[in-house]
Amino acid sequence: MNPFDYERATDAAGAVAAVAGNPRAMFLAGGTNLVDHLKLGVSAPELLVDVSRLPLDEVRELPDGGIRVGAAVRNSDLAAHPLVRERFPVLAQALLAGASGQLRNVATTGGNLLQRTRCPYFQDVTTPCNKRLPGAGCSAIGGHHRDAAILGASQQCVATHPSDMAVAMVALDAVVRVQGEDGERTIPVAEFHRLPGEEPERDTVLRHGELITAVDLPGAAPRSAYRKVRERATYAFALVSVAAVVGLDGGAVREARIALGGVAHKPWRAVRAEEALRGAVAGDDAFREAAEAELATASPLTGNAFKVPMARNALVAVLRQLTGGTR
Amino acid sequence: MTGLLRPRAMGTPLERRDGWAKVTGTAPYAFEHPASAPLYVHPLQSEIARGRVKYIDAHAAEDLDGVAAVLTHENAPRLATDSDPELWVLQSPEIAFRGQLIGAVLAETPEIARHAAGLVRVEYQQERHDVVLRENHEALYAPDVVNPSFPAETVDGDVDAARPEVVVEQTYTTPMEHNNPMEPHATMATWSNGVLTLHDSTQGVHVMRSRIAPVLGLKPKRIRVVAPHVGGGFGSKGTAHAHNILAALAAQVAGGRPVKLALTRQQMFALVGYRTPTIQRVRLGADRGGTLSVVTHDVIEQTSTVQEFAEQTAVGTRTMYAAPNRRTTHRLAALDVPVPFWMRAPGEAPGMFATEVAIDELAEACGLDPIDLRSRNEPAVDQATGLPFSGRHLAECLREGAERFGWAERDPAPRSRRDGDWLVGTGVASATYPRHAMPGSTAAIRRHDGRYEVRIGAADIGTGTWTALSQIAADALDCPVDDVRLEIGDTDLPYATVAGGSSGLGSWGATVVEAARRFREKFGTDPDDGDEADAAMPDNPDAQRYSMHSFGAHFAEVRVNADTGEVRVPRMLGVFSAGRIVNPRLARSQLIGGMTMGLSMALHEHSVLDPQFGHVINHDFAQYHIAAHADVADIEAIWLDEQDPHSNPMGSRGVGEIGIVGSPAAIANAVHHATGIRVRDLPITPDKLLPG
Repeated sequence: MNPFDYERATDAAGAVAAVAGNPRAMFLAGGTNLVDHLKLGVSAPELLVDVSRLPLDEVRELPDGGIRVGAAVRNSDLAAHPLVRERFPVLAQALLAGASGQLRNVATTGGNLLQRTRCPYFQDVTTPCNKRLPGAGCSAIGGHHRDAAILGASQQCVATHPSDMAVAMVALDAVVRVQGEDGERTIPVAEFHRLPGEEPERDTVLRHGELITAVDLPGAAPRSAYRKVRERATYAFALVSVAAVVGLDGGAVREARIALGGVAHKPWRAVRAEEALRGAVAGDDAFREAAEAELATASPLTGNAFKVPMARNALVAVLRQLTGGTR
Repeated sequence: MTGLLRPRAMGTPLERRDGWAKVTGTAPYAFEHPASAPLYVHPLQSEIARGRVKYIDAHAAEDLDGVAAVLTHENAPRLATDSDPELWVLQSPEIAFRGQLIGAVLAETPEIARHAAGLVRVEYQQERHDVVLRENHEALYAPDVVNPSFPAETVDGDVDAARPEVVVEQTYTTPMEHNNPMEPHATMATWSNGVLTLHDSTQGVHVMRSRIAPVLGLKPKRIRVVAPHVGGGFGSKGTAHAHNILAALAAQVAGGRPVKLALTRQQMFALVGYRTPTIQRVRLGADRGGTLSVVTHDVIEQTSTVQEFAEQTAVGTRTMYAAPNRRTTHRLAALDVPVPFWMRAPGEAPGMFATEVAIDELAEACGLDPIDLRSRNEPAVDQATGLPFSGRHLAECLREGAERFGWAERDPAPRSRRDGDWLVGTGVASATYPRHAMPGSTAAIRRHDGRYEVRIGAADIGTGTWTALSQIAADALDCPVDDVRLEIGDTDLPYATVAGGSSGLGSWGATVVEAARRFREKFGTDPDDGDEADAAMPDNPDAQRYSMHSFGAHFAEVRVNADTGEVRVPRMLGVFSAGRIVNPRLARSQLIGGMTMGLSMALHEHSVLDPQFGHVINHDFAQYHIAAHADVADIEAIWLDEQDPHSNPMGSRGVGEIGIVGSPAAIANAVHHATGIRVRDLPITPDKLLPG
């Protein structure tokens, strides 16, 4: 661990200015991921600007029935919030599926979006990793890649994004509000994270010094669910996960918004599956077809090929659950 | 054995005598003992798996404020003998596995030490490494003995000539697994007045001392080891490892200041031993009625090039079932990997996974209930030694368990039960674990201040020695437990053997009972203040006349998700025959702990050794999955009401390991019953059960 300076920000503008002014400065929120990285040598900032006590810890109702979640809202508080439980069950379930009780008590909404991959090579500085050190090579492709991506990966990087929360937010069409030196802007969560391409070191489209201030969840999605598939019942990252919001019209699917977790470098919006479902008669056949349409482009490695049928089955199961169907 | 102790305190569920200190944080663990102005040690580890250190540049680290020294093979104090290669630390540039100690930073704070360690630049001369165990590895060889001193091979009858009507022949594998006690391995070393004191997290203070003394070239009396409380070990703290020597070397250059060294969780994956991966070929032959005529168990496992450790994977098979034609073999490959060592029930735990799944497969092939099949093959005497058992109550355990578990209502057909999206199945497996008694302990008893001071260098690694040994002493002295003042965990106390092989309480207890007998003989029931007697553990002539083993029957219910292959275990029951239970509360805790670890072994644990680099890549608790609370539902451990009159004066046999043995097989068998899929390779992960 390298020595670093620490400042506690009192307002968002000050925090932005402090980080923007130093290319080796980083924001610190809950610290559940960054502090690990400091110890492991994955991150070596010169300056940490603590934003965890900024007045960004409120959940507010929006005029359209949606909510605005402050960036500093704790994961456990958000999961327990009555508006979230009632209007966005998919988000409450995703939050509770993440990490452990202790971690959820300190992890924040903004920090959760910015958590980095748990690829073991990324976290082990004694092994090559393009995400940590561009040009070093990818150890996962020829090594242990059980948790690696099956969609959208590149020859540079096969890491997956670890968040559960973000997967639900993508299915909810959530929008990230950020503040930079030049003012505020909004980014849909679906466009917030990026695929690795030739620059796997960049996880998101954020610019240095931009601070997440809130996430807006539009409307309401009472018919929604999150399903996380993992080896043990708690404290494990997703092998695959599914977030789905479904609207029904009699026995037909009016609309479906679907995101997959554990399968790509970002929460994966399943647009092909959504397209296939539109207007289809709700039932296992249609669900299976939709899932297969989405996964047709999957290109797994030898050690994670199981994720393709696993993601398909999980998606079918979630849709079945949301439409009251039977297998 | 004559003269079983009359139980009064024994058999009562006394709460832990150290419980209050532990929950209030006042019980000191190794790293927490007070020390004045300590230096903190951060180890440097090799980043190659084979070769040598060409060059170390420590200048940047040494120049850092707060750094006291950087130790390397070039400047470390010399050790006395290389006869213990695992402990030959910083004496040569040679590297035999990735993660091997190649140096250490001593600094004023742990943070500075860690930072400085990152500034040390090392150049290697790297050689090609060989870290992957394979069935056809060209370097496989037969070890002379397997742990601790069993023959590596046994043959009875003629396994090739036999012509069984039904044969099950399969390969079963278990992965590399790591001990992860809650308290990491930690040691504080202090040189003072020519004496080296180690406050260490160890399963045996005297064992630690006797192993490190020759390496350091010291007479044992110049070393003191102290360990009043230990946060678990599972075998990994059963002896010294390289970091203990590193701490001693660091203390030598610390100018009289104490040094503190706590391994990080990641470092433990290279430095404190692990359970070898195994490849096990099992062949069972029987007639159609299920009577076994052939049992073979051929095991392949790994060791390090540094030091041989041969795990006794097939020894349980030698005792378990009767058959006229039997063979067990062990083969090792010495790879460029860390040194394997004990992990809860080394040998029996992975070995009985293979044989108890094979038995389930045989029962299926014969169309028999697996409990019936087992009962039909109960041996009259121990097949390994020809000796009668001091008590073999396996059939009773199976019967009792079947009744409580509701085995009779089971439809034996696979995939016959379903609850919504979950396939439900049940399974059974047997377990055996030898009753080990370690000779050599001594105990002293002194009357002081109206109480009895009972002194023995025993260990409490979380098992409850402080409490259970006090109960034994109270019964031996025929006094209330509150009149016993136990002292353990210090080499200044009389010699005690290791807390390992489920041998601790039995061995120390027999010793304390003997000391109490002497004390009463000398001083009667009304001793004077200061009266003192001591005794060594007496010989037990029955040890040559009887085969002494604990037995158990494990029952498991599993649910397998029909869409995703996820496995959950809502219910486990273990019924054990382990002689007298000294403290039911503590014994239950150990047994359900063992069963939980067996569940963890069945479904989760797997150290992934990366062939590219040669180290365990999933070396933390987020990645190395151990069963968490949510995975452990209704686990029940019960035992037969019995005492073993041949084992020791308490009639006990030890419960540390019998809980884990067999439980992974019960879960695997239940998974087969639920799904129809036979998983022969641990861990049983969802991908192996995923519908296509």
